[in-house]
Amino acid sequence: MHHVIIGAGAAAVSAAETLRQHSKTDKITMISAEGANPYSRMAIPYLLTNKIDEAGTHLRQRPNYYDSLNIEVIKDVAVSLDCANQSVMLENGGALSYDRCLLATGSVPLKPKIEGINNSRVHNCWTLEDARSVAQYAQADMPVVLMGAGFIGSIILEALALRGVELTVVEHQDRMVPRMMGEKAGGLLKGWCEYKGVRILTSTDIVRVEQRSETRLNIHLSTGDVLDAGLLIAAAGVKPNTAFLQGDQIVVDHGVLVDEFMLTSYENVFAAGDVAQALDFSSGKREVQAIQPTAVEHGHIAAMNMLRASSVRHRGSLVMNVLDTLGLLSCSIGIWQGVEGGDMVERFDPDRYRYLCLQFDGEKLVGATVVGHRDHQGALRGLIEGRYLLGAFKEVLMKDPNKIMEAYLAVAQTDATLVR
Amino acid sequence: MQKSLNIDPDKCTGCRQCEMACSFEKEGVFNPSRSRIQVFEFHHEGRFVPYTCTQCSEAWCMKACPVDAIRTDGGLGAKLVNDDLCVGCKVCTIACPFGTINYVPDTGKVAKCDLCDGAPKCVEACPTDAITFIDAAATGMDRMRKWAATNNPASAQNA
Ligand SMILES: Cc1cc2nc3c(=O)[nH]c(=O)nc-3n(C[C@H](O)[C@H](O)[C@H](O)COP(=O)(O)OP(=O)(O)OC[C@H]3O[C@@H](n4cnc5c(N)ncnc54)[C@H](O)[C@@H]3O)c2cc1C
Ligand code: SF4
Repeated sequence: MHHVIIGAGAAAVSAAETLRQHSKTDKITMISAEGANPYSRMAIPYLLTNKIDEAGTHLRQRPNYYDSLNIEVIKDVAVSLDCANQSVMLENGGALSYDRCLLATGSVPLKPKIEGINNSRVHNCWTLEDARSVAQYAQADMPVVLMGAGFIGSIILEALALRGVELTVVEHQDRMVPRMMGEKAGGLLKGWCEYKGVRILTSTDIVRVEQRSETRLNIHLSTGDVLDAGLLIAAAGVKPNTAFLQGDQIVVDHGVLVDEFMLTSYENVFAAGDVAQALDFSSGKREVQAIQPTAVEHGHIAAMNMLRASSVRHRGSLVMNVLDTLGLLSCSIGIWQGVEGGDMVERFDPDRYRYLCLQFDGEKLVGATVVGHRDHQGALRGLIEGRYLLGAFKEVLMKDPNKIMEAYLAVAQTDATLVR
Repeated sequence: MQKSLNIDPDKCTGCRQCEMACSFEKEGVFNPSRSRIQVFEFHHEGRFVPYTCTQCSEAWCMKACPVDAIRTDGGLGAKLVNDDLCVGCKVCTIACPFGTINYVPDTGKVAKCDLCDGAPKCVEACPTDAITFIDAAATGMDRMRKWAATNNPASAQNA
């Protein structure tokens, strides 16, 4: 059996490893548009701060790793898919025929529709190649404007600030990370960034980019203000990378729709990672999550079902984000906004940049937001994903939400703790 | 047979010698908050519960790491964080459903129990044998490991 994986990111590598773990003989080919060494987009911020070099971004860092597993990585771009003939057309000519195909092409950055945006000093920060350009322009003391303070924007924000650029962040919404946390927590992040010397303009749009001189741009804002910049970085969202799927053989909504076995609308074609619109643990609906842990889960589950149809069911991935904003740690998990008719408990300590919010649906924890605490955050996942009934510990948490670990141990680890 | 930490909360008196020994061994300071094994207190029951990583085989932290920084120590089965590779992204800290891998701001990396090369200092330090290092089967930790293996969506055989 020949498995062709389009893409070489987190989802692709997770799938390839799972395929090999369970089949010594099947042929596995990964098509990588960006070179022979599959890398992690997530590592880009650390490349920008010189914590690692390019080799440090590789998803697997053992020598001859893919060769040793007999996984073939070919550098090429898939330009189209012929589902009826089970083959993938490649840019360098030729086609690959498959028995099972996995779409793991990730996402692509959205291109904001702004006058003057096509400029050599405007970049995304999504690929290694982008990172090289950003590193070239984002030198110490250079005025840099970052468009977007969502999750990815906020991660890039930290990398840029650490490079010592003179940073201004422009965000359309009224707070930072609006899809990851509420007003109080998002407000803390903004306050903290400002305290650290980063200018954050919320409820503001960039309306026009103008070349002022050879090395400088004028960034015109909806407020009428104009910012000086040597570099504009666009982090205004991403969308599933489905452009190569022409025709209507594969049903695409926001992303490629897959069932609970990660199977698309066409037989033998699966999808995983950022490109897939798959089951969300909390809502039970199919959503595009575009985060690393989800890509790894998808890749694994897709591979199991590529090996044996309908063998492993996806129970839905839990949305979880963790962020370090210039030393202020935050995370949000699950339904951090809460559910209708649910209960919530909140602790807000703006002077110390701390926030803690737990959301309950009846006796179960369904979501959480944490700012300024660092330990045992995984237990939040444990409690939510385990759908444990909290019993008496719900009251304990309503009185003191810091007692998360105690609650977790008491309801989820009764074997280990003997607490009843 | 693989060895595993076995924790018997019935025997724990809450003296926190394990935390002292761990923080000294790993961080060079006597500071319970820097320990990788932590003792939790349950006032109502008058119970103390030492708690740390189970070294689960299909480790959730290891699967989630974007840069291959967490690997299995062949002999012990311990999951080790390679400080040279870890970029400090913290994804593992929310991926681990046990809450036993934590970020350390001082180092910019994560830290977890590594079984001290097979001679866990917490075990040596515990005066009441509440923590022992024994054959893995049938320990509470082993049950946690089994749960981890069957529930990890990034590696479970059957979801
Ligand atoms: C700067 C940055 C920071 C991030 N930080 C975090 C974080 O802290 N936490 C988190 O959870 N997530 C983070 N993410 C998001 C995370 O990186 C993605 O969710 C993850 O990479 C998704 O994995 P994937 O395999 O689905 O797609 P990708 O990793 O995007 O991989 C897609 C692969 O497909 C290849 N490809 C695309 N089109 C084709 C084609 N036509 N033919 C052949 N190959 C193709 C690409 O070259 C690439 O190898 C970050 C992303 C960025 C950019
Ligand atoms: S914090 Fe370090 S060990 Fe954990 S996932 Fe990130 S790089 Fe890997």
